[in-house]
Amino acid sequence: MSASVQTLVSQPYKYGFTTDIEADVIPRGLSEDVVRLISAKKNEPQFMLEFRLRAYRKWLTMAEPVWPNVNYPPIDYQNIIYYSAPKTQPKKLGSLDEVDPTLLDTFEKLGIPLSEQKRLANVAVDAIFDSVSVATTFKAKLAEVGVIFCSISEALQEHPELVEKYMGTVIPIGDNYFAALNSAVFSDGSFVYIPKDTQCPMDLSTYFRINNGDSGQFERTLIVAEAGSSVTYLEGCTAPMYDSNQLHAAIVELVAMDDATINYSTVQNWYAGDENGKGGIYNFVTKRGLCAGKNSKISWTQVETGSAITWKYPSCVLVGDNSVGEFYSVALTNHHQQADTGSKMVHVGKNTRSTIISKGISAAKSKNSYRGLVKIGPKATGARNYSQCDSMLIGDTSSANTFPYIQVQNSTAQVEHEASTSKIGEDQLFYFAQRGISPEDAVSMIISGFCRDVFNKLPMEFAAEADKLLALKLENTVG
Amino acid sequence: MINQNSDIILSVSDLHATVDGTEILKGLNLEVKAGEIHAIMGLNGSGKSTFSKVLAGHPDYTVTAGEIVFKGQNILELEPHERATSGIFLAFQYPLEIPGVSNRDFLRVAFNAHRKARGEDEIDVFDFDDLIEAKLDVVKMDAAFLDRSVNEGFSGGEKKRNEILQMALLEPILAILDETDSGLDIDALRTVAGGVNQLSTTDNAVVLITHYQRLLDYIVPDYVHVMADGRIITTGDKALAQELESRGYEWVLEDHRAGVTA
Repeated sequence: MSASVQTLVSQPYKYGFTTDIEADVIPRGLSEDVVRLISAKKNEPQFMLEFRLRAYRKWLTMAEPVWPNVNYPPIDYQNIIYYSAPKTQPKKLGSLDEVDPTLLDTFEKLGIPLSEQKRLANVAVDAIFDSVSVATTFKAKLAEVGVIFCSISEALQEHPELVEKYMGTVIPIGDNYFAALNSAVFSDGSFVYIPKDTQCPMDLSTYFRINNGDSGQFERTLIVAEAGSSVTYLEGCTAPMYDSNQLHAAIVELVAMDDATINYSTVQNWYAGDENGKGGIYNFVTKRGLCAGKNSKISWTQVETGSAITWKYPSCVLVGDNSVGEFYSVALTNHHQQADTGSKMVHVGKNTRSTIISKGISAAKSKNSYRGLVKIGPKATGARNYSQCDSMLIGDTSSANTFPYIQVQNSTAQVEHEASTSKIGEDQLFYFAQRGISPEDAVSMIISGFCRDVFNKLPMEFAAEADKLLALKLENTVG
Repeated sequence: MINQNSDIILSVSDLHATVDGTEILKGLNLEVKAGEIHAIMGLNGSGKSTFSKVLAGHPDYTVTAGEIVFKGQNILELEPHERATSGIFLAFQYPLEIPGVSNRDFLRVAFNAHRKARGEDEIDVFDFDDLIEAKLDVVKMDAAFLDRSVNEGFSGGEKKRNEILQMALLEPILAILDETDSGLDIDALRTVAGGVNQLSTTDNAVVLITHYQRLLDYIVPDYVHVMADGRIITTGDKALAQELESRGYEWVLEDHRAGVTA
């Protein structure tokens, strides 16, 4: 449309650098021996090895799902490295001073300072580099109120009984192909335990970084909120730019007991591939929260801007009476990105309520699908759901789809679904231009407006970042 | 108000423009001086609205010949937003709805874009709120409008008042009002016309594009032009508009055809 927009150079992916660090890498491929090797390297208790082996055997009997509205060449699971850890990492960290300075620099460059002086004031961070957690900040301070925040590897050493009690209870090992794979080979992730009647004194955050070009990342997060407790959790992720595709198959399990609240926010900015669709992360993630107790609440907020392929449906199983599930999502695709994302709300208990607000934005040649299930079980008397799925198209070559599935087995339930599709048209941009507002600013205002319902749900520092991120991702899309 | 010594604001000469390969403007000439109010009338399809969009730089239209000189500068090379910040304002016949963007934010960003183009500092939210609330009176708008999404769910009259509010805020040198009277009841028409009259000074100029003489009872033009087939075919004063109202357009067109063939 305008010369000024056409000459705008697309903002390069600024997290695309690689950290040069010697890694402890196991040979490519997956077998029972590899599963045993991973477990042995992490010195895991016997139950964990058995869990992994059960998952691996189950995985062998399963097939990759073909129903998502995405296309990619077959993944060669024998050509992936399933474990890669920075070599200099000591077995157990006494303090942050022992962390390899190269790693601290890496996270500093990513805007996640881990050192004592510079760390984020009110957020505790668990930083994960390839397969392992390199540092967790504010652990001691959190421990004062009984909050456990550590890597899952550490939790397996220090609190094996908690991990054994909850892991796999929300997402069983055979839940789906990628969940089974993760359950067999997961390398690290975060563990959070909030004791009874405790409001977690600060936000908790995990930052995931894939560095090795040939390794997959399979992290696993488990958050348990006991009765009357609450926690806000943030997750961020980036990866270097490679020509090849890296597999990321993660699991997040949340458990909320009576009157507990978990808010889980994600800003996903994995490398998306270049503008011709070369490279980028395959992001196959299973996230599910169990509202086990009455009046419990789990809220997912996600801003998905990265990855070549996104396959992700953060879900809530509402078992406790009066429990609440929420899903707020902005998914943006540009160039050749493909996203098939949405949510599942499964109502089991009485008077359970759920809300789904999904905003999909597709630009260039990308494909963006919302897929969601609302299921009201036979005993979910008085259950209510409200779903709203809005799609916005930028240009003529992108696509947006909505696949809602609604299953109602209780006649007292109220389920509402609204959907809309809009397009940023020339005429809208001309209206802005006629008031002196440039096309770039116009697009960014329209997009922020479109996403406001979701951004309002993000913690403040995340909301500003998400807004900026979308603007960057969309540069050069008008014209 | 006509003053022969005033500066020429707009000078359009032999303007030809196409949309999708079809020529709509076929040699349009127009000169507008500071302080003047011009009305452009004509039947549907005569090219009136196209002219307003070409002036503002709508990307669907291609200028194939002629020039548009605004304040001494040929503006054909300027982007639409650059034309806007240089002082050209178009009040839309169908103002666009922008869901999710509040009127207040939209107005502030537009205002600051104009300030920036003049090399002035942007003003902050608080100063802007004071400024815009003072402007609301011009179109008798309630402050609650500021917090609604731009034009979303506005009635026809509210949308047009919102256009005039934007004009009051941006203080253009040349305001083009494209069928601003269409779809207005008499009260809204009075409000809108009152707003335009308040904003009209000896330093700026207004071009009204309209079908009907009704608007011209409230905003009195110095010149009335009749457009047909992509050109201005005759020019008069407000009496011409009254004659058109009572006799229709056919006689002007016939006179023109006679003149062309003679």
